Amino acid sequence: MSSKMKTFPLGGIHPDKHKITSQTPIKDAGLPETVYIPVKQHIGAPAKILVNKGDKVKVGTLLADSDGIVSSDVHSSVSGEVLKVEAIEGEFGYLENMITIRVEGDEFEPSIDRSADIIKEIPYTQDEIIQKIREGGIVGMGGAGYPTPIKTTVPEGKKIDILILNGIECEPYLTADDRLMVEHAEEIIIGAKIINKALGIQNAVIAIDENKPEAIKIMQKLTKSYVGVNVQVLKTKYPQGAEKQLIKAIAGREVPNGKLPADVGCIVQNVGTVFAVYEAVQKNKPLFERIVTVSGDKCSMPGNFRTRIGTPAAFLLEKCGGIPEDTAQVVFGGPMMGTSAVNIQAPVTKLTSGLLLLSESISRKGEEEQCIRCGKCVAACPMGLEPFAIARYARQNMFNEVKPLHVLDCIECGCCAYICPARIPLLDYCKLAKNELKKRK
Amino acid sequence: MDNLVLMNILILSGVALAAAVLLYYAAQKFYVEENPKISEVEECLPGANCGACGRAGCHDFATACAGADDAGFSKLYCPVGGAASMSKIAEILGYAAEEKEPSVAVLKCNGNCQNAPAKYEYEGVKICRIADKICNGRSGCPDGCLRLGDCVKVCKFGALHIDEETGLPVVDEDKCTSCGACVNICPRKLFEIRPKGKNGQRVYVACSNKQKGALARKNCKVACIACGKCAKIVPEITIENNLSYIPASVSAEKFGKELSEACPTGAIIYKKPEGSDEQ
Repeated sequence: MSSKMKTFPLGGIHPDKHKITSQTPIKDAGLPETVYIPVKQHIGAPAKILVNKGDKVKVGTLLADSDGIVSSDVHSSVSGEVLKVEAIEGEFGYLENMITIRVEGDEFEPSIDRSADIIKEIPYTQDEIIQKIREGGIVGMGGAGYPTPIKTTVPEGKKIDILILNGIECEPYLTADDRLMVEHAEEIIIGAKIINKALGIQNAVIAIDENKPEAIKIMQKLTKSYVGVNVQVLKTKYPQGAEKQLIKAIAGREVPNGKLPADVGCIVQNVGTVFAVYEAVQKNKPLFERIVTVSGDKCSMPGNFRTRIGTPAAFLLEKCGGIPEDTAQVVFGGPMMGTSAVNIQAPVTKLTSGLLLLSESISRKGEEEQCIRCGKCVAACPMGLEPFAIARYARQNMFNEVKPLHVLDCIECGCCAYICPARIPLLDYCKLAKNELKKRK
Repeated sequence: MDNLVLMNILILSGVALAAAVLLYYAAQKFYVEENPKISEVEECLPGANCGACGRAGCHDFATACAGADDAGFSKLYCPVGGAASMSKIAEILGYAAEEKEPSVAVLKCNGNCQNAPAKYEYEGVKICRIADKICNGRSGCPDGCLRLGDCVKVCKFGALHIDEETGLPVVDEDKCTSCGACVNICPRKLFEIRPKGKNGQRVYVACSNKQKGALARKNCKVACIACGKCAKIVPEITIENNLSYIPASVSAEKFGKELSEACPTGAIIYKKPEGSDEQ
C-alpha cells in the first residue's frame, strides 16, 4: 500500500521519528506565577499595546490590537495584574516587547463559552467568520505565524478550490498536532467547514502522514458524516509539512517561484490553526493557549501540554522533570527547524509547537570537513537547489554569484545539513546568503 | 634519426619565427593609445585592488585620477596609500594635493572575555553574521562583539587579529589603512573610522549597547549607561539611545584624560600619545 501512497516527488529525507509522546494524552500545564506575553507573535507589524501597568485583566482580555492588515491581536492568557509593559529578553536573548502579568486566580471573560459541547451549526456569514477569526488573534500555528484572517479571505481575482489541513507534523519528536487530531477530531472537521464557508468552497482535505495510525482512523471515521471533508494519507517523508511540498503531494500543483499557494488555488492551514478557528468562531475563545510537546532524549517525563501563551519555558520544563545537568541544548520548536534557546525564561508563544531537551550526541554535529562533492544535499533538497554551491559562494562572500542559484526559494528545512556526510552547516550558509540578498534588494 | 631531430628543430624554429613576425605587426596595428600617466599613477598606488576608494581596483582608480579635472581630483582619495600616495599622484598630474588626516578603524566595544564573560557555549558556524541572526552573543549583550572574527577574515592588510586573552579583535594601527571593509562586514556595526589624532591620541566610547543602563551593566562591566557625565564636561558629546557618542572633533589632548576618568563604568577609552606609557 505504501508504495502507491502519495508524497512530494523531489528530495526529502527520513530522519528518526522519536515520536515518544504520540500515545500521551494532552494534559493541562497549569498556571505559572507570571506570564510574559510578547506583542509580536506573528509575521508583520507588532500589535499596539492597549494596557498599562497596574491594569487588571481576565483570561481573553484584549491586550494589544492588530496594527494594520498583516498583524494580529494579542489576548491575555491569564487573569491578574499587569506588572510591566516593556522590552525583556526573548528566547534568542534579544529584547522583545512583552506584557508581564502576575497571575491571580483564573477568571475568564464572560463572553467565552467554556462548556465542553461541540457546536456543529455555523450560523455566521463569510464576513462574520473572518471578523471572528481576526478578533480571536489567530495566526498560522505551524510555525510561520502568518495572520489567519488573510488566509481565509479569497484574494481578489483568484479562485480557490482546495483547503488543505496540514496534519503532517513531519518534525521528529513533535506530537502536538497528532494528539490534537486524536482528541479533538470533530472540532477540527467543523473548523474546516468554517474556513470552507469563509472561502466559499466545498472541498477540504485533511493531510496526515501514515505514521499517525490513530489520528487517521479517527479522522476517517468522523469525516464520513461530513460532506466535502476527506482524509488523505501520505507517505512519511520530511519536509512534507512544508506548504509547497504539501500542495505538490496533495494536489499535484507546483507553487511558482515567488507566488503564494492561493495562486494555484490552494490554501493550507495547520490543524492547530483550524482548531483555534473553531474555538474562536463557535466558542468566542481567542487564541490564548496551545498544545506544546515537551520531549527530547534528556526529558524524563515527556508529554503534550495545553499551555497558556506566555508561560515561561522553564516552568513547563520543570513540570516534566526539570533540565538534567548534561543537557546540551534546549530547543524551541522541532529539532530540524527549531531554534536553540539562549534564555529558558522565554515564554511559549502562539508558534511554539515543542520544547526539546537534547543531549550532546544529538545536538552536536562535530567538526566540519571538506566537501567531497557527493551531491547528497542536491538530492535531498525538496526545492531542487544546490546547497553545496550556495555554501561555497556564501563562505567567500560572493553573493552576486549566489543570485542565479535561487537561494531565496530555500524553505530552510535543513535537509541539506542533515544529510551532509562532511557535516557542513549548509543551512546556515543558505540563510546567510538569503539575508545578504534580501539586504541588497 | 639525425635527420628527424634536425627537421623538428627547423620546423619549430620556423613556426616561432613566423609567429614572432605576426605578433610584432599585430602589436603595431592594434596598439591602444593609453594615457602614459595612468601607469605612472598606478605605480604610486598600493596595488592591493581593495576597492576602498570605491573603484574596481587600483588601475581603475588611476584611470579616474588621470582623467579627472581639478575639482574631480579633489574628490578622489586612496585611503590605503594615504597622503603619501596622493601627494605623489598630485605631483605627477600637476594638481595640488589635499592634506587629509590619517584615520584608523576603532572597535566600539570592550566586552572582552573578562568584562563580559560568556554565558553559554556557541556551537554554530563561526561566522559573526550567522551568529548574529541566531542569538545575542555569548556575553548576553545584543549589541556587543560576537568575537568570531568576520572582520579579521575580511581585512586585506592583516591589520586585525583576535587577541586570545580578551577574545576581541585588535587593530594594528600601522597596518590599518582605514579602507572600511571591517565597518561594512560587522553585523553589529562595531567599527568606526576615526582620525588617528595627534600623536595617536584618541578618546572614544568603546560601547555600542543601546539597552538601558542596568540591563547593559548586567551583561558587561564596561557598558555605557548613558549617565551623561561626559556630556557635562564636553557639551558636544551627544547621548542617544542610551549611548554616548564622542565626536572626533573633541580634542583628546584636552579632554581625553578627564573624560576617561569621569566615566563611572570605564566605557570611555583614552588612548595616550604614542611613546608614553601603556593605556
